[in-house]
Amino acid sequence: MTAPVTIRIQQTDFDVAQEIAALSKGRTDIGAVVTFSGICRGTEGGDATTALVLEHYPGMAEAEIARHAEQAMARWPLTGLTIIHRVGRIVPGENIMVVLTASAHRQAAFQAAEFLMDYLKAHAPFWKREETAAGAGWIAAKTDDDDAAARWDNS
Amino acid sequence: MKLLYFAWVRERIGKAEETIEPPAAVQTVGDLIGWLTTRGDEYAYAFETPKVIRAAIDHTHVKPDTMIAGAREIAFFPPMTGG
Repeated sequence: MTAPVTIRIQQTDFDVAQEIAALSKGRTDIGAVVTFSGICRGTEGGDATTALVLEHYPGMAEAEIARHAEQAMARWPLTGLTIIHRVGRIVPGENIMVVLTASAHRQAAFQAAEFLMDYLKAHAPFWKREETAAGAGWIAAKTDDDDAAARWDNS
Repeated sequence: MKLLYFAWVRERIGKAEETIEPPAAVQTVGDLIGWLTTRGDEYAYAFETPKVIRAAIDHTHVKPDTMIAGAREIAFFPPMTGG
């Protein structure tokens, strides 16, 4: 059986527990599910955040996520994978995204989740605009994110 | 070819997309940025620091020296901040 891969980009919020249940329900080949959940913080650099507004490049965002999902499936013995990324306006405390990696054993699930996050941060075309009481502005990319993605090329 | 702009590149240029026919001398992504910069202050502002600008041709990331011949859609955007 081919491992199920779910990729969604959506405006609406989602429930992480429901997504884990959807991935693992009725399965006996999954021994581990690792969750990375990205959540909107209430502060950024000391200033209170009112909301994040997520913009994406429709078509390319899906393609980049799918490309990295295929790489993860080829590199680790995953038995399932779910990646959901929200776009639009997100308020503090809400989900921004989730990566769920399922495998028979934990090591593959942990490593694949970290690989996917490092790559998606650096390569998936999404941009965050932050709204604060003082105004709005685009969040600057961290060079650490490029370094984090690059380390997988040599391992 | 169709050009798409995202995030602050879009805001600085003042439009999300446009269709253009660059002159034949414009062969690479870098050439295209240089040519766009001559089209007005809004483009010069958007591309004032070319090394931070990322580009994609038909949904694939490309470098400044990539040839643009045959491209249907070229996108310009800042470094990505998803996740």
